[in-house]
Amino acid sequence: MSTPLNPRYRFDNYVVGAANKLAATAARAVAESPGAVYNPLFVYAGSGLGKTHLLMAIGHAAQEINPQVTVEYLTLDDFVEAFHTAIAAGQGDAYRRRYAEVGVLLVDDVQFLTHRREMQAELLRLTNTMLSSGRQIVLSSDRPPNEIEALDERLIQRFAGGLVIDISAPDFETRVAILRRQAEERKAQVDASVIETVAQLPLGSVRELIGALNRLIAFQAVSDKPLDPQQARAVLGRVGVVKQPSLAPAEGPPVPLNHANLESHLPREPEAVPPPEEEPVLSGDEFGSFLSEIQSAVARQVEPWRVRVNEAILFWDGEGYRVDRLRHILAEPSPENPEAALGAYIEDIERLKLLQAEMQELDPTAAGTALFRDPDRLSEALTETDRARQGASPPPGPSPLWTMDSFIESPSNRMSVRSAQAVVAEPGTTYNPLVITGSSGVGKTHLLHAIGNALAAKPKEVVACLGTQDFVDDLIKAIDKDRVNWWRIRYRRITALLLDDIHLLSGKERSQEELFWLFNLLHEGGKQMVFTSAVSLQEIEGLESRLQTRLNGGLVLELPAPDREVRAAIIARLLVERNLPADQELADYLAGRPADSVRSLPEMLQRVLHESEERHVKANAALAREVLEGSPAAPLRRSAAYRTSGVLSPTGGLRSREKMVWDWPSLTDRVIEDLR
Amino acid sequence: MSLVNFTTREITCKIVYYGPGRSGKTTNLQYIYGRVPDSRRGRMVSLATQTDRTLFFDFLPLDLGVISGFTTRFQLYTVPGQVYYNATRKLVLQGTDGVVFVADSQARRLDDNLESLQNLQANLLAQGVDVRQFPMVLQYNKQDLPQDLVLTSSDMDESLNFFGLKSFPADAVRGTGVFETLKGISELVLKRLAAGSSAT
Repeated sequence: MSTPLNPRYRFDNYVVGAANKLAATAARAVAESPGAVYNPLFVYAGSGLGKTHLLMAIGHAAQEINPQVTVEYLTLDDFVEAFHTAIAAGQGDAYRRRYAEVGVLLVDDVQFLTHRREMQAELLRLTNTMLSSGRQIVLSSDRPPNEIEALDERLIQRFAGGLVIDISAPDFETRVAILRRQAEERKAQVDASVIETVAQLPLGSVRELIGALNRLIAFQAVSDKPLDPQQARAVLGRVGVVKQPSLAPAEGPPVPLNHANLESHLPREPEAVPPPEEEPVLSGDEFGSFLSEIQSAVARQVEPWRVRVNEAILFWDGEGYRVDRLRHILAEPSPENPEAALGAYIEDIERLKLLQAEMQELDPTAAGTALFRDPDRLSEALTETDRARQGASPPPGPSPLWTMDSFIESPSNRMSVRSAQAVVAEPGTTYNPLVITGSSGVGKTHLLHAIGNALAAKPKEVVACLGTQDFVDDLIKAIDKDRVNWWRIRYRRITALLLDDIHLLSGKERSQEELFWLFNLLHEGGKQMVFTSAVSLQEIEGLESRLQTRLNGGLVLELPAPDREVRAAIIARLLVERNLPADQELADYLAGRPADSVRSLPEMLQRVLHESEERHVKANAALAREVLEGSPAAPLRRSAAYRTSGVLSPTGGLRSREKMVWDWPSLTDRVIEDLR
Repeated sequence: MSLVNFTTREITCKIVYYGPGRSGKTTNLQYIYGRVPDSRRGRMVSLATQTDRTLFFDFLPLDLGVISGFTTRFQLYTVPGQVYYNATRKLVLQGTDGVVFVADSQARRLDDNLESLQNLQANLLAQGVDVRQFPMVLQYNKQDLPQDLVLTSSDMDESLNFFGLKSFPADAVRGTGVFETLKGISELVLKRLAAGSSAT
């Protein structure tokens, strides 16, 4: 009942041009994932433009991709006949059931549904079934659904719900390509200029075009030498004449062409012999000869390479590639070898595509850059991909804002600073890993980044310096995109790993495991590692012991709360940053205030400054005392986790006064809160 | 005006027949119209006065079919020759790709020819077009009139053809030289294809 797929109708030999590009692309998409995209796919085109070829190509491709899928091709006539037979045999249900197994249903020539009410209903039912079960249906017709006479509105809507797409008559280049392929398939030696002559014939369909070629091949087969364009024109002139009766003067009944009378069909007037590229003169009158001259003039001026380059510009520009090189070819009056240049351009694009695909695996963000869209920067793209192959685009580095110079050293933190300096001096050998613990806001992150910056300043150092949360998030993202290997490559390339707030690894088993392997790798390679933690290592719950012992194996230091000396230095620096006079008394007073975190100092100073602005008095120790100690407004209770860190800029200043927290609870309250 | 459009694969040439009043511009178009198969020509639009003078302009679209993959169209225009229709002439000249200057070969109309030619130069210049680098041919019409009334082609060349343009003797009523002229201008216009195509 159904028609087997013609093995010759495949995508491989479906010539794609501007007229059918969209249809071919959609068809391929459908073949690759039947039922998932464009369902139903409705292709319409005039007779002989490749509908059936496309339908069968979908069938072949779908089967090749997934041999399990059942493909059925049938013309509407098959469909009707089968239905009638089934109904006559009283097996309507069986008929319906037979399509239940079909994964891709290809229905050709749907235009014959006109006025067939019962068949329309049957097709509607079938379409609904196919759509609801996620199976693909592809239909073809010689006209769009809404132009099929008396077609059920529901069917039109179903078709419109998928993709309705048309194939128009192929352009000149496509016709040439089709003819070349046909000639190759028939293993016939047909001269290129003869093929172009055929392609120029005013034939609307591919079938007629191939018919014309067949005619030439048949003539050639009985001739001892290949036809030249002039002879071809004589053989085919009649094809054009038949198609365009209005252009041809009455010539009497057509005489069958054969070799005996071929000569008599050749142009007789020597002065009227046109250049080889020309289309045959369609009529002997003045207009005909004018047309002939115009044709040869256009053919001369619109050189084929120019057309091809222009087409390539349109196409690749549309695909998002830079086409400057092609424009440059066009701008030259007579480029040396435009075809070769075009070929090289396309080759470069193909290489770019491959590189981009590879880059997509290695580093998706980098794959999206303009670099992979510019064939003139192919070498850069190569380098970039090469870098990525070696695990380039390393994890984030240290923030340049925190340096060793800006870290204030005092007797209380001297040991930490010295250890850090030792690590910088001989990374990977003295203290590996270095673990800095300490409560929040004492300067762990500053010291960590300071070490990172000092290490990164050395040649060939690739320092990863990031928060543990970022480390975990990055891993999750990699797992999500199934790119853990790429993630590992990135980290294996680094020469130092500096992780802030390692206590956040608590309970994150996969991250701990990855860190464990990374730790071992880096440690064996003599690569420096520095970690910070807001709690002592022993107190980190849910940290695997294998990791804990390794962290303890290096040097664990505690960074104490800032002592008076540190506080005084910070206050002095803050006063300088705000262009305020160095008031020793004020600085001393503020430094003397209890503070468990460096972060609280700018806050404290800001309160005093704000008050001095409000009252229009100079900020001094007395004012500070009054603001910080005397009759403060009843402090609001805050949880210990409430911090100003989001407000402070890394340099210690305030970014926005609006974000300032004015009613900061007194420190004693916080301590009590913590104890609770 | 883009001559070659690679996007839509079209070639469109606009050719304007210019010249003094009653020199035979419309006759040229009518002759062409009569020789073009129905399928190739559009409706010829002619706005004429009661005395058959072109009032606004004539327009003859020619569809030359698909050539080298390009849908090729020629649009032939005439301008009203009478001196007082200069605004119309300017309008018609806009975006033209080539000009056929139809001169009246009668000796007594030499001044009219010169005046019209100067007017053409001025109008083209106003559009920033240098007539010396613009596709243009001359047609010396009415060569069929008695010899004592008309100037010969060489005389006409001497009087009008300052730039050494291609010139064609013609008898537009009988069609002599009409298609030769059209071929001549088309060739020049199409020669500019290669130069102009890269800009489109």
